[in-house]
Amino acid sequence: MTAPSIIVSETPLVLYTLRRADDALILGHRLSEWCGHAPMLEEDMALSNMALDLIGQARELYGYAAKVEGRGNDEDKLAYLRDVRQYRNLLLVERPNGDFAHTMVRQLFYAAFADLYWRGMMGSTDATLAAIAAKSEKESAYHLRHASEWVIRLGDGTDESHARVQVAVDDLWAYTGEMFGADDAERGLIDAGVAIDPTMLLPEWLSIVSHVAREATLTLPENDWMQQGGRDGRHSEHLGHLLSELQYMQRSFPGATW
Amino acid sequence: MVVTDLSPAELRQRAWEAAASVADPEIPVLTIDDLGVLREVELVGDRVDVAITPTYSGCPAMNMIALEIELALERAGFREARVRTVLSPAWTTDWMSEEGRRKLRDYGIAPPQPSSGRRALFGVAEVACPQCGSVDTEQLAEFGSTSCKALWRCKSCREPFDYFKCH
Repeated sequence: MTAPSIIVSETPLVLYTLRRADDALILGHRLSEWCGHAPMLEEDMALSNMALDLIGQARELYGYAAKVEGRGNDEDKLAYLRDVRQYRNLLLVERPNGDFAHTMVRQLFYAAFADLYWRGMMGSTDATLAAIAAKSEKESAYHLRHASEWVIRLGDGTDESHARVQVAVDDLWAYTGEMFGADDAERGLIDAGVAIDPTMLLPEWLSIVSHVAREATLTLPENDWMQQGGRDGRHSEHLGHLLSELQYMQRSFPGATW
Repeated sequence: MVVTDLSPAELRQRAWEAAASVADPEIPVLTIDDLGVLREVELVGDRVDVAITPTYSGCPAMNMIALEIELALERAGFREARVRTVLSPAWTTDWMSEEGRRKLRDYGIAPPQPSSGRRALFGVAEVACPQCGSVDTEQLAEFGSTSCKALWRCKSCREPFDYFKCH
């Protein structure tokens, strides 16, 4: 017996909250894959700590999405019983960990965005989202500082580390644009003050990332063609593999507890 | 209710003291009151409603703390307790009591610096060694043994120590 996927009634607010919850869960899961494999003990703890922050954020967001939806779903069902096409996360966060440089560049790109995003969302007219933002903003500040320091150390390090982190920047750049997009469903929430307009965050994000790149002696790609699709459930082949691991237990043993 | 000869205010005080006695499972010298995690204790009929606020979103100690509060209230004679988590206002290290800071230092953990500039991308906070008091210290790792701590080292006495991160 396997557990079937749930159906989620995606009103604009449910969809909006799910998208942010999925970002946090998927990136948190990716970081947790480093547990026991990081290049040194301190980094193993740091990556696990950051994974914990993100999974904590995801829990709050899923709990709220389930409450707003009001159809009897809960945080666990939303995480474990939606199929890949129902996931709404950014393509950036599902990118495989790759080498340590890839993980840190992905972390820098996301954390630089998340830090600005959550700070803006503290002023949301939605009291729950504003409260989640106030917690997440503090955590993102640490994630950003950590990733920035590593990218600088690697970029301004040996020839080998510089080359690897430059490859990571080039590979991941096309996944950054999706962070700043908003569709019609989100426009309504932005007009109502529930959400912030992510396009407004782009100049400051670029300034933060450029500053780190300069310190790290890295070159940011000039191309501005950006990959899209995650927000609508069109994912890379990597997400299905991640979910098969993440969801295995609840799919194979429905309702298992311990 | 086991205790019936108390006024509502005294009962509430008794409930608060019971809940406030619960220690943080990761830092047993601190109570949840010292930490500022305990926000509200209310009596609703025979039931005690307690509000706690997480230090970090993913803090795994919260479930344990909630269970400990229920047990502490039961020991204090309250039949029913309900613990809920509140996110707003978000917990900050500024809520940690002076007593809490002193206990942390005595325990060997450097207390958080009130309202220090965590925004500075590469800002260096001045953290005093909890062993010898020297401020000639350095950070070894920003993420320590729990979500709320970083690992530091004193360059005067050479002792490594935990620093309770500012939030």
